Amino acid sequence: MYPILKAEKLADKIYLMEVKAPRVAKSCQPGEFVIVKIDEAGERIPLTICDYNREEGTITIVFQTVGASSEKMSHLQAGDSFHDFVGPLGNPSEFVKEDLEVLKNKKYLFVAGGVGTAPVYPQVKWLKEHGIDADVIVGAKTKDLLILEKEMEAVAGNLYVTTDDGSYVRKGMVTDVIKDLVQNQGKKYDVCVAIGPMIMMKFVCLLTKELEIPTIVSLNPIMVDGTGMCGACRVTVGGEVKFACVDGPEFDGHAVNFDEAMKRQQMYKTAEGRAILKLQEGDTHHGGCGHCSDN
Amino acid sequence: MDVMKKVPVREQDPKVRATNFEEVCYGYNEEEAVAEAERCLNCKNARCVEGCPVNIDIPTFIREVKERKFEDAANTIALSSALPAVCGRVCPQESQCEGKCIRGIKGESISIGKLERFVADWSRENGFVPKAAETKLGKKVAVIGSGPSGLTCAGDLAKMGYDVTIFEALHEPGGVLTYGIPEFRLPKQAVVQPEIDNVRKLGVKIETNVIIGKTVTIDELMDEEGFSAVFIGSGAGLPKFMGIPGENANGVFSANEYLTRSNLMKAFRDDYDTPIAAGKKVVVVGGGNVAMDAARTALRLGAEVHVVYRRSEAELPARVEEVHHAKEEGIIFDLLTNPTEILADEKGWVKGMNVVKMELGEPDASGRRRPVEVKGSDYTIDCDTVIMSLGTSPNPLISNTTDGLDVNKHKCIVADEANGQTSREGVFAGGDAVTGAATVILAMEAGKAGARGIHEYLSNK
Ligand SMILES: Cc1cc2nc3c(=O)[nH]c(=O)nc-3n(C[C@H](O)[C@H](O)[C@H](O)COP(=O)(O)OP(=O)(O)OC[C@H]3O[C@@H](n4cnc5c(N)ncnc54)[C@H](O)[C@@H]3O)c2cc1C
Ligand SMILES: Cc1cc2nc3c(=O)[nH]c(=O)nc-3n(C[C@H](O)[C@H](O)[C@H](O)COP(=O)(O)OP(=O)(O)OC[C@H]3O[C@@H](n4cnc5c(N)ncnc54)[C@H](O)[C@@H]3O)c2cc1C
Ligand code: SF4
Ligand code: SF4
Ligand code: FES
Ligand SMILES: [Mg+2]
Repeated sequence: MYPILKAEKLADKIYLMEVKAPRVAKSCQPGEFVIVKIDEAGERIPLTICDYNREEGTITIVFQTVGASSEKMSHLQAGDSFHDFVGPLGNPSEFVKEDLEVLKNKKYLFVAGGVGTAPVYPQVKWLKEHGIDADVIVGAKTKDLLILEKEMEAVAGNLYVTTDDGSYVRKGMVTDVIKDLVQNQGKKYDVCVAIGPMIMMKFVCLLTKELEIPTIVSLNPIMVDGTGMCGACRVTVGGEVKFACVDGPEFDGHAVNFDEAMKRQQMYKTAEGRAILKLQEGDTHHGGCGHCSDN
Repeated sequence: MDVMKKVPVREQDPKVRATNFEEVCYGYNEEEAVAEAERCLNCKNARCVEGCPVNIDIPTFIREVKERKFEDAANTIALSSALPAVCGRVCPQESQCEGKCIRGIKGESISIGKLERFVADWSRENGFVPKAAETKLGKKVAVIGSGPSGLTCAGDLAKMGYDVTIFEALHEPGGVLTYGIPEFRLPKQAVVQPEIDNVRKLGVKIETNVIIGKTVTIDELMDEEGFSAVFIGSGAGLPKFMGIPGENANGVFSANEYLTRSNLMKAFRDDYDTPIAAGKKVVVVGGGNVAMDAARTALRLGAEVHVVYRRSEAELPARVEEVHHAKEEGIIFDLLTNPTEILADEKGWVKGMNVVKMELGEPDASGRRRPVEVKGSDYTIDCDTVIMSLGTSPNPLISNTTDGLDVNKHKCIVADEANGQTSREGVFAGGDAVTGAATVILAMEAGKAGARGIHEYLSNK
């Protein structure tokens, strides 16, 4: 059992939890993720490590409720426990292994979308701790959905916030901000790291390709084991099939086949749709009524 | 009773079992077991024992069954095997113990596997508990992986008095016994769990959710956590795909994913949260035991299932019993057929598979006749789900994170067959991680060899 020490609602449908998992906290690095399971019957849910405290032996996760399992998870309180909590999984971000002197001469731009702000945070924080200031763009649908603003401000070189509806700071997409920084403000970046919804990462990559900024994305395909055993997480990168859990989750964004990845994310949509209906309305949805097709 | 013939074993009706996940084979009851045991000749130089990779004293335990001394029989088997209820069910007996049985020359061999299963089930139902070691040696050994090789190695070491911890990457112990082999062949709650509990009762600790190489490395275990030796029994879980167009379409799964969802995550049950794409018409590609398990799982989830295999029936690598059961249940075999492309609809979902007919040519390196394409014989099979069952290879996680641990070109860990010694001092290995995908009993044999090797190493240190 892995006790939850802190559970907090950050915004509508977005939750933060601090979980006691000493082994994971001891060995994890930015860019890696964990898999959690709520109870005996639960799904294995992959979540990026948002922060860690090696002394306290804790891991911070931030998640958004999208379906039945994340909804269930949002009801957990401090004092409750996760049945299972395994990690760290995946590979650390590339810069963790890079020579610090080389790294110091590189200008990083982070682009975070929505709940993607959470996985971007430990990376920016790590760079800050190693004396490197990175620029960070955070995009949210609306002001109320903006998360970790203060935390990010403390570790970012420059922080640029934007909202789709203009309810806070500025109106526009993260891609508008990238264009503005590079084309109007004359900023130069050696590396862009984009983490957020698949569709956002796709459009950031289309733009940064044009701007010739090498771009790293963190992919979140459907996973089961997270250890290379099932192949559910396969994605095509540069024409090659990769398992995101062991080969990623970070990849060269300009080589990723996003269209395929987005289709694959929909694989269990119908089954999962029934699961959330069952959670909300009781066990009345079995399919076969003719109103919902199987795929 | 015809002494030349096996006492038949009762099975669930094929039509009924095709719709449920309950065990196919009921096994022998007491009377049937005693009757079968009476057929054994109790040979002096029993060849059956040579056929068993862990050398169970078969004539002795069968004699004890005949005399209705079931607890003695259980003790006899326990001397050699920690997982008799498992092996009695899933060992390829026909090519091992039973394949060597003298009775088999003129008639049918003794049902050694079914008798072993009977004894194991009897002892579980009657609360038989293995004895823990009395003297403790005060030395810690780490075992990586809780499949048959790891469980066996851990059990043997614990009996010798070592302080053993198994580290398991998944949330449940058991390896393939838990995540791969389906419920209807190997019940988890009723059979696998109790055998794992027996290993625990010997004093073995099992820490789940620990991935060696990620959560903690072998070097850290030895340098910081005080383990004097390590046994790697991490299996061969990395699935292969064909590399044909369309393989990433929605509805294409590895057998490992399909079986893991159904077995480990219990997706076949309504009260578990993990979904599985049941499929209406499923094509399973491959002809091994894993393919049979995937096919029969898909069938039970309600699909029409075809097994597509590029050679003929004689070359099917699956056990004859499994093929027979699959056919009885209504699995359709499309033999001498090879997939060339998977077709998807505009939303990315599988809608069919292009295949080509094959014929058998000259024998290849494996000694089996090589399948060659019949020109112009292409056609399309309509289907909505494809399960690729083309074999697996060892996961490189451990070898990549352990300096000085040699692997061969197949990524298998190099280890001495006699004692499991690897290229790293104090590190031993066995099972599928060393041999590539093999069998439960061979993994157990390797676990025993590893335990002997570790004992020898630590005794001389
Ligand atoms: C490496 C990785 C890191 C992730 N990090 C975070 C994070 O930090 N915060 C966060 O909110 N979300 C994160 N996710 C996504 C998160 O795992 C899914 O939102 C969650 O599993 C949805 O489960 P559900 O049952 O609530 O929703 P469902 O209704 O089951 O699914 C909704 C959508 O979530 C995705 N999904 C469902 N099951 C899985 C699964 N097993 N693996 C991956 N995606 C799935 C699918 O796209 C699906 O269409 C990450 C995913 C991966 C692979
Ligand atoms: C579907 C299927 C059906 C089969 N049917 C039969 C059959 O009928 N008869 C038969 O004899 N054989 C059968 N086999 C083969 C048999 O199951 C295997 O040969 C046997 O399980 C190998 O045992 P093992 O202990 O070496 O590895 P495994 O059983 O694979 O166990 C390895 C364990 O190690 C864990 N692990 C891996 N990496 C790490 C790590 N880095 N850190 C911690 N833990 C780790 C894994 O999660 C797993 O639990 C079948 C296999 C499959 C897949
Ligand atoms: S362990 Fe397997 S090979 Fe040995 S006697 Fe039992 S069934 Fe036969
Ligand atoms: S070879 Fe056959 S008949 Fe002889 S002891 Fe073994 S099981 Fe009995
Ligand atoms: S999640 Fe199973 S291989 Fe990546
Ligand atoms: Mg879900």
